[in-house]
Order: sequence, then C-alpha cells, then structure tokens
Amino acid sequence: MTLAELKKGEKAIIIKNDEIDLPLKIVEMGCMEGAMVEVIQKNFLSDPIYIKANDSFLIIRKDLASRIYVEKE
Amino acid sequence: MSGKIKIVLAGNPNTGKTSLFNTLTGLNQKVGNYPGITVEKKQGEFKVTDSLKATLIDLPGAYSLHPSTLDEEVAVNILKEKEGPFFPDLVIVVTDVENLKRNLFLYTQIKDLGLPTILAINMLDKAKKKGIDINKEELEKKLKTKIALISSADRTGINELKNLIVNYKELSTEPCYTETKNIVDERATTEKLKQQRDAIKRHLFINELLANNYTRKSDKQKKEVRSLLDKIFIHNVWGYFIFFGLMLLIFQALFSWSALPMDLIDEFFAGLSEKTRAALPPGNFTELLANGVIPGVGGVVIFVPQIAFLFLFISFLEESGYMSRAVFLMDKVMRPFGLSGKSVVPLVSGTACAVPAILATRNIEGWKERLITILVTPLTTCSARLPVYIMIISIVIPEKKLLGGYLNTQGLSLGILYLLGFASAIFLAYIFHKTLKERGKTFFIAEMPDYKVPLPKNILINVFEKTKVFVLQAGKIIVAISIVLWALASFGPGDDFNNAEQIVKQENPQLTEVEIEAKVEAKKLESSYIGKLGQFIEPAIKPLGYDWKIGIALITSFAAREVFIGSLATIYSVGTDEELTIKEKMKSEINPDTGKPIYNLATGISLLLFYAFALQCMSTVAVVKRETNGWKWPLIQMFIMTGAAYIVSLIAYQILK
Repeated sequence: MTLAELKKGEKAIIIKNDEIDLPLKIVEMGCMEGAMVEVIQKNFLSDPIYIKANDSFLIIRKDLASRIYVEKE
Repeated sequence: MSGKIKIVLAGNPNTGKTSLFNTLTGLNQKVGNYPGITVEKKQGEFKVTDSLKATLIDLPGAYSLHPSTLDEEVAVNILKEKEGPFFPDLVIVVTDVENLKRNLFLYTQIKDLGLPTILAINMLDKAKKKGIDINKEELEKKLKTKIALISSADRTGINELKNLIVNYKELSTEPCYTETKNIVDERATTEKLKQQRDAIKRHLFINELLANNYTRKSDKQKKEVRSLLDKIFIHNVWGYFIFFGLMLLIFQALFSWSALPMDLIDEFFAGLSEKTRAALPPGNFTELLANGVIPGVGGVVIFVPQIAFLFLFISFLEESGYMSRAVFLMDKVMRPFGLSGKSVVPLVSGTACAVPAILATRNIEGWKERLITILVTPLTTCSARLPVYIMIISIVIPEKKLLGGYLNTQGLSLGILYLLGFASAIFLAYIFHKTLKERGKTFFIAEMPDYKVPLPKNILINVFEKTKVFVLQAGKIIVAISIVLWALASFGPGDDFNNAEQIVKQENPQLTEVEIEAKVEAKKLESSYIGKLGQFIEPAIKPLGYDWKIGIALITSFAAREVFIGSLATIYSVGTDEELTIKEKMKSEINPDTGKPIYNLATGISLLLFYAFALQCMSTVAVVKRETNGWKWPLIQMFIMTGAAYIVSLIAYQILK
C-alpha cells in the first residue's frame, strides 16, 4: 500500500520509493526507505497530508504520497 | 589572531539561525540583495575579540546542498564558489537541539566541502526543560568539529562560540561521513539514484550517531501541545474559520491602529510645509521644498505605520509557526488556480507591499506555481493604493450608515476594493494556469515547524529592517519624481507660459486682481511642460472620464501609485492660491464641457478601478524582472494589468456617466 492510503493516526514503515520519479528532496527530508512514518492529519479530500517521517514533521501532496510504498507495522 | 574574517551562518529554516545572527550583530546589520538576484542578503559585523573582526552573512535557510528552491541555490552558490565575494573563511551550521536529526543532514553535506565548520546547537534553554542530554565529546569526535552549545534567546554560550571562532584554523576540514562512501552500491545505477542512496546513508549515519549520543526523557508534553494546537488550527472546518478570522482581524487592526499615527504624520508634514514657506524667502527653491519635496516625503512616511504593523503581523505569524498551518490549509484550495499553499504568504504580504511579497515566493518549488504567484501578487491591494482609494472614496461616495451603524458606505467601498484585489488575483491566476505549460516536474514539500512563542527582539528587528528598506527605496523614487514634476509644472515652452499674465489681463480686463491671479496660475499650469503632456494624453483618457490634470497624476503615478495624491497636491496648489485642502479643491473642480464636477461618481469609480488593476510601480517591475530573469514576464504583466485597468475603467465610466 502507499502512504496516501494510510488513515489519520496510522503508522508504517516506508519500504520502497518510486525512485525514478521521486524528487531527491523528499528523501533528503526524511521520507526514505526504512523510515517510520505516521499520518498526523489529512486535509479535506485527503490532500495535502501532514506526516511525521524519520522524526521530521512534513506536508506533502497526495500525488507524491501515492508514490511512496509503506508496510503497516 | 587579528584582522577580519568572513563567516557564514548556514542551517535549515526554523533553527534560530536569524536569532543567532541578531544576537551576534545587534542592529549592526544591513539587508541588501545579492548581486543579480533579489534573495535577501543579511550581512552584519561583529567583534570576535578586540583585534579580530568578523563579517557575518546569514544564508537563506536550506535543507540540502542539492538546491530545489531559489533560497537553497543562493546558499549553495555562496558555499561553493571559491572565487565569490562571499566565500567564507568559516561556516557555522546552526541546528535546533530538538530537531538535530533533520538538521544534521545539511551539516554532513557542508562538512564535505572542506571548509572549517563549527556546529552550533541552539535552543539549549529548551533542551534542559525537556530533559535532552547530548554526549558532546563523542559528537565532536564523530562529526569532526567543535560544538558550541548555545541559546541565542538568552545569549548562553555566545562567548564559547566566539572562542571557537578565534581558533577556527585549528578546526578539521575533513568530511565527517565517509564510512560507506566508497562501497559500491548495486542499486545506485544512475546519478539520481546515486544521490538518493547517498541521502539515505547519510540519514542512517546520523540516526545511528544520535541513537548512541542523544537521549531525551519523555517528550509527551511537547507532543501534546503541538497536537492540541494542530487539532484547532488545522481542523477541517474550524481551521478555515480561524484563518479567515485572523485575516479579518489583522486588516481591522491594521486600519484602526494606524489611523492615529497616520493623521499625526499628515499634520506634521502639512505644518512643516507651511513653516518652510513662512521661514524661507519666497522663490523657486522655497516652492520646490514646500510643494514638491516635503509633501513627497510625507507621502511615503505616512505609509510607515501600516507597513510596520503589517510586517509585524506577518513576522508574528511566521515566527510562531502558524504560517505553515495556513500553507497546509490553503494548498488544496489554491491548486485549481495554479497556485500553491505557499502562495498564501505572498498574497497576504502583498497587502503591505508587492516587493517583499514577491521575494517571499522564492521557497515555492514549482516553476509554474511560483511564476503565477509572482504575476498575480501585484493585484492584491497594497498600501500604496490605499491613500488613493481613501481620497477618491471620500470625494465621490456619500457617507451613509448601513446596518444600524455597524457599516458605512465608505468603509464598505474600501472593503469591496480589497476583495476585488484578491478576486482579480485569483482570476488572473486561473487564466495563467490554463494557458501556461509546466516546466519540468513539480512537487511540493514543506516543513511543519513547532509552535513557538516569537521572540520580540527578532520580530522588532525584522519589522525595523523591512520598513527601513521600503522607506528608503520608495522615498528615493518619490522625492525624485516630486522634483521633476514640480520643475515640469514650474516651467513651460513658448510665449503662453512666460506671458500668461498679460494674456489673461488682455482677455479679462473686467476681473479683480485676485481673480486675475488665480486665472494666471491656471493658465501657467495649462501651458507648462507637464500641462502640455497632460493635454497630449487627454484624448486617450477622456473616454475614461479623466481630464488632463488627472492625466498628469496618472503619468507620474506610473512609477509609484502613491505619487497620485502628491501630484494632485502639486497641480492644484500650483493652480490656485486659495487656502483650501486638496480634497476641497478636487471637489470644486468643474468640467468645462459638462459644467458638472470632474470628480463625480462615474469618474471616481473609473479611477478606483484603474488604480485597482494598473501596474503602476517601478519597484515591482524591477523585482519581477530580476526574479524571472528577464523583461518578458514583467512586460506581459504590465500589459495585462494596465490593459485590464483601461478596459474596466472605460466600461465603468461609460455605464455610469
């Protein structure tokens, strides 16, 4: 499943990035393979998404979140 | 050690970097632009020891040395250009003790550059409260640097930091992260993947380092405050109420708080003009001062209260962490119009002044979203439009109470103009969104910083510096235009100007001395250079309801809107000698063709709309040119805005007249 499918409050581990398309910045800010990610809040229509990844609090858009693959704990 | 060294402060946004900068330099700083680009450059001086001075440069906040925003590009260029004018002798990387994990990422990249680097861990005051414990010696060893534990809020550790600076030549210039660098990674097949793998390994290096050398007791309390405030501020319903409520509150406060100081400033300059005229011998120079320069300067200074209050609110919203919540709330709302959540800050700041607002677009990643934000921001009602609006509204809109006195017609008109500003910005954005093609892939990522109680010192310095820049830049233009305008009004070509008195006397032999004098002044203005210019463009603006005098004010305010009032002041006081206020003079102006007042409802609305849409601001054009690297976009922007102004005013006048 992808990060975009996680519900508010759910935690997961990032297992794979859609690496070719994914901006380097996302990885540099902590959305990386192996990192723990938690969805803190979703705006209406689930976009953007407010997450905590590798202990950093970030906002990303749904399109990006749907290219980050996660596995629930 | 003696002499002077160059130090740059680098770090992520929200690490207290600017706070440290303020603590070190005090008010001994200046905000300028980096040559060629308009990212703000903050530079200051301070004494490390009695004999060692330092120039300190506050780099724009950056998350990585692989730039994805203009801010980061500037920071990276300064750190990498060995021949550049700002290339440092020493780098201080500022980090926030609570976000060390993320902040250290940039540190490891900067350390790779081989420059002497000090790691400053900031906000120690908080660390103690939260039970954070750092193994400093071990971190120094692994990160190959010296660490200064500081708290820029209460000056803790500043002397220790200075001691480290004095001995900067002894710092290691080796990279701190090398362990896995030379091992071949079979997944790093392309350059981009290589960078990604490298980023991941850096994170793992930092995570492991901190796992062993950084402990914090339960941070339950902090989490609770953050999540409680987040529950309120970014609630799917209440969050929006709070956002719009805050905006309304800010505008309300802006007007009510600045009304009194603005009146005082107005009176002060009017008095100064009068005193100057009384104290100096009559003549051209006195008139230049009393009619040109003093009202011109007054016209700028009168904005200071509003601009200062607006910068105060905006820096409060930014420092407190609220602005990032507004970005989160508004992103989805703004996207259908080709804007980003990050466009909120420029659009809100644009109500003070478009120039700093356009500078605030530089952290928008997508090229198209950033460009559209730059193009539409000047439509928001900036404070330079305000005096024009207030003047015209008070002349053409009769004051009536509405809704039992809670509203009045004049206030409502002003409110409508503000809404019109936002609405037209959004509308234009939509048109650009549908017509412009995206350049490259766009993405959006933003940090949600912690909520903070802003430090009054940081806010005040920020307000002071920004207001100063505005006053100096706008001031220069306005004083120059006042002088040119006055000169053009005081001299004229040919005999009509020089012999105005005889001509008037010959034509009107029956008039009294006083009447003749007034007619002479009017004749002189009409045949002066500026009068000729106004008459030259009159055919083009007549369909909008304007005469040549308004034409003069329009021409002069193409450089800066606020000149409009000053120009009319100059024109009408050159024209008559009676002791009336400008407003009264404008009200009593009669259109010779119709015999009705010039400033009637139709002309008034037409003028208001013209000022709402037209791009009349040299500083904006200059800043857009620099931010978009060329003349193309500022010219397109000027053509669209001024074209729209002409058409809308034309339609309004023709319907209402």
